[in-house]
Amino acid sequence: MELLNEIWQTAQRNKLRTTLTGFAVAWGIFMLIVLLGAGNGLLNATLKRSGDILTNSMEVYGGRTSKPYNGLNEGRWINLNTGDLTTTNSEFKKNVDEVGACYSTSATVTYGEEYMSMNITGVYPIHIKIDKRDMLYGRFINEIDLREKRKVIVLSNNQAKELAPKDYKTLIGKYVKVGSFAFKVVGIYKSRDDGESSAFSAYSTIKGIYGANTENLGSIEFTFHGLTTEKANDDFEKNYRRRLNANHQAHPDDESSFWLWNGYTQSLQMEQGITIIRTFLWIVGLFTLLSGVVGVSNIMLITVKERTHEFGIRKAIGAKPWSVLKLIITESVIITTFFGYIGMVIGVAANEYMDATLGHSVTDTGLFKATLFVDPTVGLDVCFEATMVMVVAGTLAGLIPAFKASRIRPIEALRAD
Amino acid sequence: MIHLENVNKTYQGAQPLHVLKGINLDIDEGEFVSIMGASGSGKSTLLNILGILDNYDSGLYELAGVRIWNLSETKAAEYRNHMIGFIFQSFNLISFKNAVENVELPLFYQGVSRKKRHALALEYLDRLGLKDWATHYPNELSGGQRQRVAIARALITKPKIILADEPTGALDSKTSVEVMQLLKQLNQDEHITQIIVTHDPVVAEQTNRIIRIKDGVIE
Repeated sequence: MELLNEIWQTAQRNKLRTTLTGFAVAWGIFMLIVLLGAGNGLLNATLKRSGDILTNSMEVYGGRTSKPYNGLNEGRWINLNTGDLTTTNSEFKKNVDEVGACYSTSATVTYGEEYMSMNITGVYPIHIKIDKRDMLYGRFINEIDLREKRKVIVLSNNQAKELAPKDYKTLIGKYVKVGSFAFKVVGIYKSRDDGESSAFSAYSTIKGIYGANTENLGSIEFTFHGLTTEKANDDFEKNYRRRLNANHQAHPDDESSFWLWNGYTQSLQMEQGITIIRTFLWIVGLFTLLSGVVGVSNIMLITVKERTHEFGIRKAIGAKPWSVLKLIITESVIITTFFGYIGMVIGVAANEYMDATLGHSVTDTGLFKATLFVDPTVGLDVCFEATMVMVVAGTLAGLIPAFKASRIRPIEALRAD
Repeated sequence: MIHLENVNKTYQGAQPLHVLKGINLDIDEGEFVSIMGASGSGKSTLLNILGILDNYDSGLYELAGVRIWNLSETKAAEYRNHMIGFIFQSFNLISFKNAVENVELPLFYQGVSRKKRHALALEYLDRLGLKDWATHYPNELSGGQRQRVAIARALITKPKIILADEPTGALDSKTSVEVMQLLKQLNQDEHITQIIVTHDPVVAEQTNRIIRIKDGVIE
């Protein structure tokens, strides 16, 4: 208590010095927390986006050949057909689990007075596992819908709101008109932040109504297992392409005749990106912390130097080395802790502000809409740890000059100045 | 009170300097002594040794019956705190503490409670006629007032001896006389043993005994 009083007195009478030390500490912590917060926001946003798609899944689309083969020219458009679906289903059993297909069309959907034009995708039940969606009400497309070509439809909540502005969940079980057919609304799912949304129906229904006269199957999607390395994935993709190319008389090594989207390699790349961001954050964070520590120790060094004469007086009138050491260290700890805490609070507040503003703003990149920052905050544990590191490092840095000051002989100290 | 026997001190350096060459000195309780000598005569070194601010190389030094030899910094600080009061030429007050806080400081290191040492410090300031200046900072005081604060600080622990190093060195002649008067009075009224180092004969004459030191020996 006596010591605290002594320190309070010193701090009060040496406002500039105290403020400078405090500023160095508070600024260091503040910068660190804001930086980590922004980094975390970036990471969270990336993670959230990658979490939308099942990792162990692939999507296959038709493409355009890039090599002439078997007397056929390059630049031929290729559509997937039922043969490809069978091939995928039967010849890759080692890795492929469940296979589905998608066929999209657009139609005007009417409900009472309200109507809107929307994209409707006919899917297999597996679709909701691959392209993850949260069901808000009702259910997704199931096997029976598919088998019996039921005219059912699953809407996004945004679409449902357009069609039934008052209370959109009452749409469940009601019939809406899709073109000239009546479809029963069986479920409503949650739209993503990026705004892209399609209504879903059974594949067989949509293909039967809108694609009956074409060979084009739409796209294929499937889940797989046992492809755990990048090489295994590459090999599988090569094999798969070769097999599909054979179905369409395309060159075995043609890589553009089909377009493959592999969730696993995508997530691998994403992970690499995340690792890079993380490493970068760590390095910048450590350097920020280091510059804070350097600032603190610098000021400690000057402080002790400046106060050598005072310590000489104190020692001459009876201060023991230990009491001088104690005074310096306690003072440094208290000042760094106090201002470190202030910096921490301001940093956390800045993160919250960032969360409230940037965290909810959607960046439109033209191709897709994305939230740049999701939850740009730092755990309190990290905040406290960083502050502790700063306090401990600042104290350690102050320890050397403090120890020197405590050892100096009073006559030498009195001569200083 | 003070007993010195063949005390030697050499400053080590590129050219070792033998400053004290066998000092023998006895000072009794209640004496008012001055040590005189030219600069470089070793008088300041002697004062530092007497004040346990510095070590000596050989010989014997007893202060109030306690042998002072090879003390740890901690022990030396404790002895200084309890047995010796210092008065310096440049006052050596702590600039960011006011008068009463400066006077209190030695008691802080004795672990005396805040309230008690504050009351005691005020009492001493009152005795030296500085009660109204208690909350003033050193830079708001005149030289004479500063030296009186320093004297109060030296007295507050009721030390065995007061060591004064050129106590009037930084003061004008009028204030010098006042300060010397004060020290003399303290000696007469309270029988406080005082040793004053000076090169000023006027100051030395005020004391009861003059010890002259020249080239590291007492004449």
